[in-house]
Amino acid sequence: MKILVCISNVPDTTTKIKFTSDGKQFDATGVQWIINPWDELALTRALELKETTGGLIENITVINVGTKDTEITIRKALSVGADHAVRIDAIPTDAYAVASEIAKYVETHPFDLILTGIESSDYNGNAVGGMLAELLNIPSVSSVSSIEINEGKLIITREIDGGKQILDVPTPLVAIVQKGIAKEPRIPSMRGIMAARTKVIEVVNPINVAPLTDYILFELPQPKGKCKMIPADQLDELIHVLHQEIKAI
Amino acid sequence: MNFELTEEQKLIQQAARDLAEREALLDVIERDEKAEYPYKHVQRMKELGFFGMTVDPKYDGGGMDSLSYVLVLEELSKHDSSLAVILSVHNSLACWGLENFGNEYQKEKYLKPMARGEVIGAFLLSEPEAGSDATHQKTLAEDMGDHYLVNGIKNWITSASTAGYYILIAQTKPELKHKGINAFIVEKDTPGITIGPHENKMGMRSSDTHSVMFTNVKVPKENRIGEEGFGFKFAMKCLEVGRIGIAAQALGIAEGAYMRALKYAKERKAFGTEIANHQAIAFKLADMAVKIETAKLLVYKAATLKDLHQPFGLIGAMAKRYCADIAMEVTTDAVQIHGGYGYVKEYHVERLFREAKLTQIYEGTSEIQRIVISRSILNE
Repeated sequence: MKILVCISNVPDTTTKIKFTSDGKQFDATGVQWIINPWDELALTRALELKETTGGLIENITVINVGTKDTEITIRKALSVGADHAVRIDAIPTDAYAVASEIAKYVETHPFDLILTGIESSDYNGNAVGGMLAELLNIPSVSSVSSIEINEGKLIITREIDGGKQILDVPTPLVAIVQKGIAKEPRIPSMRGIMAARTKVIEVVNPINVAPLTDYILFELPQPKGKCKMIPADQLDELIHVLHQEIKAI
Repeated sequence: MNFELTEEQKLIQQAARDLAEREALLDVIERDEKAEYPYKHVQRMKELGFFGMTVDPKYDGGGMDSLSYVLVLEELSKHDSSLAVILSVHNSLACWGLENFGNEYQKEKYLKPMARGEVIGAFLLSEPEAGSDATHQKTLAEDMGDHYLVNGIKNWITSASTAGYYILIAQTKPELKHKGINAFIVEKDTPGITIGPHENKMGMRSSDTHSVMFTNVKVPKENRIGEEGFGFKFAMKCLEVGRIGIAAQALGIAEGAYMRALKYAKERKAFGTEIANHQAIAFKLADMAVKIETAKLLVYKAATLKDLHQPFGLIGAMAKRYCADIAMEVTTDAVQIHGGYGYVKEYHVERLFREAKLTQIYEGTSEIQRIVISRSILNE
């Protein structure tokens, strides 16, 4: 079985978000980049499956659509144990363009199981997985919270309202995974980092798909309202503020 | 001059940061309070390959450069410098010393298990009456023909009870003074070795510190490192490398205190505004930032010179002196910025303040570093 994990390069989740002065682009100055947390959990689960199914999974490949700057996150994926990496050399303009680029690669390099995170922690588009399955004309399962392999068959569990749904899906398929798929992402070991030195990142030319969407404007959320603390024993003050200052009562 | 870390160095830095933030930080206050050894975290550091990370892969090490190693110590120390000291003694003193001055037999037998992280190393130099003045070793290693017979006491030994191998410095020919000193590899389980009680330290309480007593301990001849009388020079060479590690540790402690103070100053309000808006606090933070940046340049330069196989002793001593002293200053200011909250344990800065003090004392006090620096610049 061959697994493909789609990884997106996103700003560290603690990044202070800024936009360019025209409001049309994210300002990436000084930003630290990481593997999208959902994608990293998908990769973690793929690695766990490889380790626990005794040779059933022959290869785990990670794929990313991005410029050369994303190679550090790809290298991390190789350091924690991915066998092979592909970088499609294009700026990821929108979900459709990304899905199209990956689909083109998969057409000539088939995989049994394709994993994507349910969304990326930057634009939260929630679209690449479904589009990819559609473009490849293969099934997709969303909100996947568990993937097990029993006697060579994939058992996929997804979260539904009020419970769980366990599915038997023919391969190849796209599993769009959410939190719970794996416990904690892995920390690369020195041995893993050393091993990653000899793993090649395959750079593929893009087919340059035009995006279907265009960004008009980004806006930062409004700052939260100010909080005024009133000591618990000053009820008169509370009533005064509610009545006179904010006129709520 | 290139100030960019390589892709690999960034990955290693992140790995250490993740370990410190996601794992070590969770029980650091409790371990400090109870003076508990971090067994779980030491095991994780072994799995991640931090023990032996700079040793040549032909001796089963990780083959990483000194700068990567410094980044690991720095990241760990932001949250838990006990982990950093355990690692530093093992890597900078025990592994480095044996890799550079041991023979093939010794490397095969002792270095490889240490480089794989299976056995922890300790370095036994200090004595009750020989600290900064390491030339006056009272521990005797008498030459008995086919072995050495060791008697004496060693003090302040990091990892004394958890290490498997000791690098022991002892006097063989007192009449030759420091030229009569030898270095040995001693297996901890050798009969005649008694480990004293755990020292009740001010800081780095989660690391394992004891005195070690030797009573008629037989050390095989083949366990002497280098030529007869090489021990003092050996110890000084090891400490030269060790200084860079402790400097990185001190830098990490300072950064840990600074980042907490910065966060607190932006949140805590007094006189109607966040305290960071008061110049008294803002200027403190500015000075802390300058000190940290300067300290970083010194440590990274020392590690880079070592990686380039250029002399690094002077810069290493400068780095150790400066980082340790600013760690003390920065942690003091961080406690001050936190006010009353800085004086209680939940906010971490009082612990970092206690930890910083040790960096001015061990592996060469700040005063000894000034001796090294002044002698070096005056002799140029």
